[in-house]
Amino acid sequence: MLSDEFDVEENNSQSDILNEGSNSENVDLSDNSLQVVISDALSEKDRVKFTVLSKTTLPDFQRSEFSVVRQHEEFIWLHDQFEENEDYAGFIIPPAPPRPDFDSSREKLQKLGEGEGTMTKEEFLKMKKELEAEYLATFKKTVAMHEMFLSRLAQHPVFRYDTNFRVFLEYDQDLAVRTKNKKELFEEIMKSLSKTTDEYLLSATVRDVNDFFEQEKNFLIDYYGHLKDATMKSDKMVNKHKDVADCYIKISSCLVQLSTFDHRELDWFLNRFSETLEKLRKVEGRVASDEDLKLSDTLRYYVGDSFAAKRLLYRRLRCLANYETANRNLEKARAKNKDVHAAEATQQISCEKFEVMSDKGKEELIDFKARRVSTFNKNLLELAEWEIKHAQHQIDILKTSLEMINSEEKKSTLNVELARRYHGNNCFNLFMSMNLNNLFVSFN
Amino acid sequence: MTDEKLPPMMATDDPVDDEDDDIFSSTIDDLSSLRNEELFASLAAVPPPLTNISLNEGSSTLLESDVPLNNDHKEVQQMTSKNVISNGFEAEINLKENDTPSASEEINQVEEIPNVSTNDMNFENIENGFIKISISETTKVGEGMSSYVAYRIVTRTNMTMFKTNNMAVLRRFSDFLGLHNKLTEKYLRNGRLIPPAPQKNMLGSTRIKISGNQSDQATSAEFIEKRRLALERFLKRIALHPILRNDKSFCDFLEQDCELPKATSTSALSGAGVMRLFNKVGETVNKITYKMDENEPWFEEKEVQIENLDLQLRNLHGAVETLVINRKELAHSSGSFAKSAAVLSNCEEHTGLSRALSQLADVFEKVESVRTEQANTDFSIFCELLKDYIGLIGAVKNVFHERVKVYQNMQHAQMILTKKREQKTKLELTGRLDKVGFVTNEVSEWEAKLSRCQDEFDQISKTIKVEFEQFEINRIKEFKTVISSYLEEMINHQTLIIKHWQAFIPEAKAIA
Repeated sequence: MLSDEFDVEENNSQSDILNEGSNSENVDLSDNSLQVVISDALSEKDRVKFTVLSKTTLPDFQRSEFSVVRQHEEFIWLHDQFEENEDYAGFIIPPAPPRPDFDSSREKLQKLGEGEGTMTKEEFLKMKKELEAEYLATFKKTVAMHEMFLSRLAQHPVFRYDTNFRVFLEYDQDLAVRTKNKKELFEEIMKSLSKTTDEYLLSATVRDVNDFFEQEKNFLIDYYGHLKDATMKSDKMVNKHKDVADCYIKISSCLVQLSTFDHRELDWFLNRFSETLEKLRKVEGRVASDEDLKLSDTLRYYVGDSFAAKRLLYRRLRCLANYETANRNLEKARAKNKDVHAAEATQQISCEKFEVMSDKGKEELIDFKARRVSTFNKNLLELAEWEIKHAQHQIDILKTSLEMINSEEKKSTLNVELARRYHGNNCFNLFMSMNLNNLFVSFN
Repeated sequence: MTDEKLPPMMATDDPVDDEDDDIFSSTIDDLSSLRNEELFASLAAVPPPLTNISLNEGSSTLLESDVPLNNDHKEVQQMTSKNVISNGFEAEINLKENDTPSASEEINQVEEIPNVSTNDMNFENIENGFIKISISETTKVGEGMSSYVAYRIVTRTNMTMFKTNNMAVLRRFSDFLGLHNKLTEKYLRNGRLIPPAPQKNMLGSTRIKISGNQSDQATSAEFIEKRRLALERFLKRIALHPILRNDKSFCDFLEQDCELPKATSTSALSGAGVMRLFNKVGETVNKITYKMDENEPWFEEKEVQIENLDLQLRNLHGAVETLVINRKELAHSSGSFAKSAAVLSNCEEHTGLSRALSQLADVFEKVESVRTEQANTDFSIFCELLKDYIGLIGAVKNVFHERVKVYQNMQHAQMILTKKREQKTKLELTGRLDKVGFVTNEVSEWEAKLSRCQDEFDQISKTIKVEFEQFEINRIKEFKTVISSYLEEMINHQTLIIKHWQAFIPEAKAIA
């Protein structure tokens, strides 16, 4: 029953490709006919279980709302299905979400546990809290990446009608995809290896007739490399920024300890300073995580996306190579006058395939560019805004504590002065005017 | 920096502002300025000193300071400023004023200005002069392994013990160490706190000597700059001390415009260096093994406090050092990201995005310099303060130990005296009167010695208390001002960051 229905839908989607393909740019990104969100995620040991919630107005689905529980492996499976589908050769397949990776957090936690003796309890708790926050952030990010993958599929004019995608969203049982065993993994590596060599070979041997693609290819190869580099660098920067924020913890706890041994007014002062640093630490941490979110992640995503675009170009080039071989075969066949018809048919098919693919590819690449520009636009703007906001926040914190320190200073000075040498109104008036002046200054 | 934003009228009596460019401003008593003004007004013979600015060119203004001199041990409650004249000097002093705006020109008319000096001023004395020391420049003298770096010390003062008001001398690092040694020999036994000289650094100084290529020169320039600041602080701390600054060798150091006799004993490899090492080891053993039974709770308490302070400061120093390292690396990685972004922008085909990316690279380049600056601030303000105080606490410990040594001497004298007395009684009992006279002499001799030791001990205990109180006062004051200025610097850095990002926003908007 179920499979029957899918067959029908398969046909539908086939025709949809043709229908939709030509006017894909008309499809609005805010099209709400299929909405996919990950409403919840649960971490169990190594696995993360995502609850995928879909809402649709498309008639092809059985119901308009459904939710299923999926694991990361199933996302990968879905991605692979798209990759391997010949029909989608002309499309940029949205990059697969990265594996949930909590290893670094765990490692840090372990390190923290080992170093427990060397730091104060308060410091330890703060560090632990910091790590937990980091873990949570990683978790949220993982979920966001998975959701991004699904929503891109859902918004794509063609992919959203894909059978596997529908099964993925609708079928409320376990999909029973297992992780690849060793043999398969090995095969995969071999395959990707041969693909890469093939890619090089093709790019060296096949002359592209189309300038657009030639350009795109050169661009993407460079772009991919530089993006990867930039991502690495910005990751490093963000990590360092986190380290800087962590340093504040140590310093502020040292200050508190120092203040316990100190006396007079200085302990109050040191405590204020330590509090200020503690506040600053939080802001610095936020700066780091916002840079991570807005900058590194944007770059990282486009590393994946440009890789996918590169794959598209490879597939097209492969297709072109096939087409050329078919041409040569046809010529040979004509020369020999043997199997001409069959060769002609093959040539015809390859030609068509190549034509369709080129058209699709061009659209996709243009779309890729538009998408990239708008994402960068949004994220860079947000990055700048956040940076400004955080810097402003830091200034506010610093100003407040400076004012506090100064006013306390004045107070103590005033008290001491009044107690020590009280000469009457003259002195007092002077102090008043002094304080007023200071007030003015602080307002300025 | 903040000065510019303020109306000029306010600038003179803004206590926050001064801290910005003068962390040692704490040392200025308002009295000093007032007194100085009076002095200048009345003594026509003394030409008005140059303004501060001319001395500071090219060098950091951070540590520039006036150091008040408190020779006069009278307490003056009030003073008049009738004769205040508005010249460049006065304005400069007022800028440096920390606690009292009272001396500013606006209130020239005020007949009587009460003394509003804070209690944490040096010894609560008035002063009759000022001394202003800065190391304006450094030059490398000679070539190869025998080369050295000479520091130009510029001093301005109106103290009568100097021949002129403006002095400039060239000194090398070992001269500083020699000065420290001389002061230590002279004053440590009296229980004076001698500010520690900067550490020798064989590796760093050797590198300067043999530095050839560009990167080496950059690091050695950094090394020299750090040392310059440290030496400047060292001199200022001495100048701050009411006794040490009047010492002959200190004056000679600042004044004599010829090379000082080379302080050979400071070299680490010389025979004296080896002897010093032995002495040090011996003292350390002594420190560990000898435990005097303390009869003054004050010392007991302070010793514990100092130990704790030392430990905590060291921890803090370590933490701040890590911060500096991390911040430097952050700056570096910001820079390398900026480069990557620039490359990326070159290859981006969308013109708008390409421009935005190159702007982003620009912003990160600027952010890199801000972060480097921040690391420098962390180091030069915060970290160096802690390092100085770790050294000063070492000096406090030395003084405490000196007292223990005096106590040991006293104990020794006591012991011998008891022995002699016993001998005397024994002789008297056995009736050997011929020797009694000799022993009686010895007893009285040792009695005198003991009372001398006791006097010495009392004296050193008293001096240490005074010195320590002053040390604490200065410490509190300095921590406050330095940390305030540190916070100010942080505000400046963040302001810069805001500025850079704000410039980026229109670019980001222009992408689409």
